[in-house]
Amino acid sequence: MTQDDLTIADPKMKAEGVDVFYGDKQAISNVSIDVGTDLVTAFIGPSGCGKSTFLRSLNRMNDTVASARVTGRITLDGEDIYAPSMDVVQLRARVGMVFQKPNPFPKSIYDNVAYGPRIHGLAAAKADLDGIVERALVRAGLWDEVKDRLGESGTALSGGQQQRLCIARAIAVDPEVILMDEPCSALDPIATAKIEELIHELRGKYAIVIVTHNMQQAARVSQRTAFFHLGTLVEYGKTTDIFTNPKQDRTKDYITGRYG
Amino acid sequence: MNRNTAPTDWTAPAMQKRIAARYAAERRFKALGLGAVLLSGLFLAFLLTVMVGNGARGFTYTHVSVPIDFAGTPLTVDAARLSDPDADQMIANAGLADIVAFAADEALGDGGSALISENAWKEVRTEIKADPEILTGKSVFELPASSEVDIAAKEGAKGELGARVDALERDGRLSTGIHWPFFRNADATDPAVAGIWGALKGSLLTIVIAFLIAFPTGVLAALYLEEYAPKNRWTDLIEVSINNLAAVPSIIFGLLALAVFINWFGLCQASPLVGGLTLALMTMPVIVIAARNAIKAVPPSIRDAALGVGASPVQVVFHHVLPLALPGILTGTIIGMARALGETAPLLLIGMRAFIGDVPGGICSPSTVLPMQIFLWSDEVDRGFVEKTSAAIIVLLIVLLSMNALAIYLRNKFEKRW
Repeated sequence: MTQDDLTIADPKMKAEGVDVFYGDKQAISNVSIDVGTDLVTAFIGPSGCGKSTFLRSLNRMNDTVASARVTGRITLDGEDIYAPSMDVVQLRARVGMVFQKPNPFPKSIYDNVAYGPRIHGLAAAKADLDGIVERALVRAGLWDEVKDRLGESGTALSGGQQQRLCIARAIAVDPEVILMDEPCSALDPIATAKIEELIHELRGKYAIVIVTHNMQQAARVSQRTAFFHLGTLVEYGKTTDIFTNPKQDRTKDYITGRYG
Repeated sequence: MNRNTAPTDWTAPAMQKRIAARYAAERRFKALGLGAVLLSGLFLAFLLTVMVGNGARGFTYTHVSVPIDFAGTPLTVDAARLSDPDADQMIANAGLADIVAFAADEALGDGGSALISENAWKEVRTEIKADPEILTGKSVFELPASSEVDIAAKEGAKGELGARVDALERDGRLSTGIHWPFFRNADATDPAVAGIWGALKGSLLTIVIAFLIAFPTGVLAALYLEEYAPKNRWTDLIEVSINNLAAVPSIIFGLLALAVFINWFGLCQASPLVGGLTLALMTMPVIVIAARNAIKAVPPSIRDAALGVGASPVQVVFHHVLPLALPGILTGTIIGMARALGETAPLLLIGMRAFIGDVPGGICSPSTVLPMQIFLWSDEVDRGFVEKTSAAIIVLLIVLLSMNALAIYLRNKFEKRW
């Protein structure tokens, strides 16, 4: 793997020689990658290649799996996120996550977005909280659709709206990085287009990492693409390079549809 | 695709026969299911008819009107002391029982005092205390009939007793009304004054204590096992133990409670406190199992969502998992509690089967419980207790049905859909 001109001067997150094990089984081996502050980074690869596993190790969601073990070094702003001094709760507030299946809480739209700021004590007064909720919903492109029914249940929204609600919930705590784990795989093409548009708008405000099965999506939304195969990082580069001029045969085979 | 066999002949007789057999199996299954439902409905209807038929009479009692002339047979008590704490004793010592018996003989003829309850004078005493003016003249009292007269009046009787009851009826001396002492008193040897309140209060106190202990412990144990405990051989062992505990015969919990709570800790015997502790031991495994299932049913995506915005494990549990699991936990808990409410065996051993003549004053006073009262009354020789038994069963059923109704209400109230 070559870095070439890819080296990011001041990476938001940096992974060096990361291995992830589930029990005895190694899911990820020796992955090193930089996540740029103003960039959208896409992880692509066939099912089971470990891209979601790697994504979940970036905000320590793997901690919830008892058998999971991470070695190597992952840093956020130069700080080792697996160091004992790192508070995992704070880490997850700084590195937000959007999941494959929209998973709003069975609470009102308002409470869904307000939950994060509430538990972190980000708003002193009700008015501040209202402001945070509104800004998050505006950023997630959902405000106009829900502003008159903030008291309704988040689960009553359509699938695409639910996913944008989840994005609003993630950005309400003002994270630095947003991890998206196949955020569109449960959505129809119109809802998918809206999410992609949203990712464009969020770029620059947050470092975004997106896992996707859909290579067109990776090509559309990202500036950097990493191709994973069988638990290893095969190729990482500028999205345009990966899709037009892959250096590795395996990458070429995958993006031309030979396997995966 | 190439067919190497002839196309399926859907109209062949063999195929027709198979289809007919399939429909027949369908009909048979439906008929059996319907039969099972009807049978259980029939049992329920039978139970309710018999209980309500017998028990309704247990809530009423026959009274005999007896005039008592305190001017003619004065009761020598100091009217100023009637509100003293020892007034009851004072009136009893003054010979009110004899005066009432005499008045009954006078009014009802020979052996008239046998027609009213031996405790009837206590009603007169209550009225005297309420209104001392009674002592100066003649007034008519509605006194509880004796148990035999009550039954004869309700069911009819032959022989001498029947004739006397008929005569009383003709004279208009008999009246039937709601039996208030039944709702006020504890157990007694005389059906005229025996009541259910002592057992009902004992049951309620016992169940509240059982709930206060079993619910938090059970839910916390379930939360720990589901959300925190590592999955290893020890937790497997604990899980198996809890499942086994739920299947242990209840009388064994009684023995355990006798050994631990009474003999070792020296807690008060036959009290709602020990009863509640015993039933808590018995119910806790049921609550743990119900709560674990309810917690397991909370979708993992909700946990991910909460963790993803930076909630700590405790926040995930108390903000999301517990509220979503609560309907299931409550349903399981109330069903467990309802079972505990109907339990007799473990309470036998801690002494709650004794005759308790007083309404329990607190969680440490001797007490009995509803099912135990039903058992004790069903064992009584006096026929007056037959309908009291049925009435007590109705009270128990009403309490159980209210608890189930509460379970359904809570489940619907807290249930959220996603």
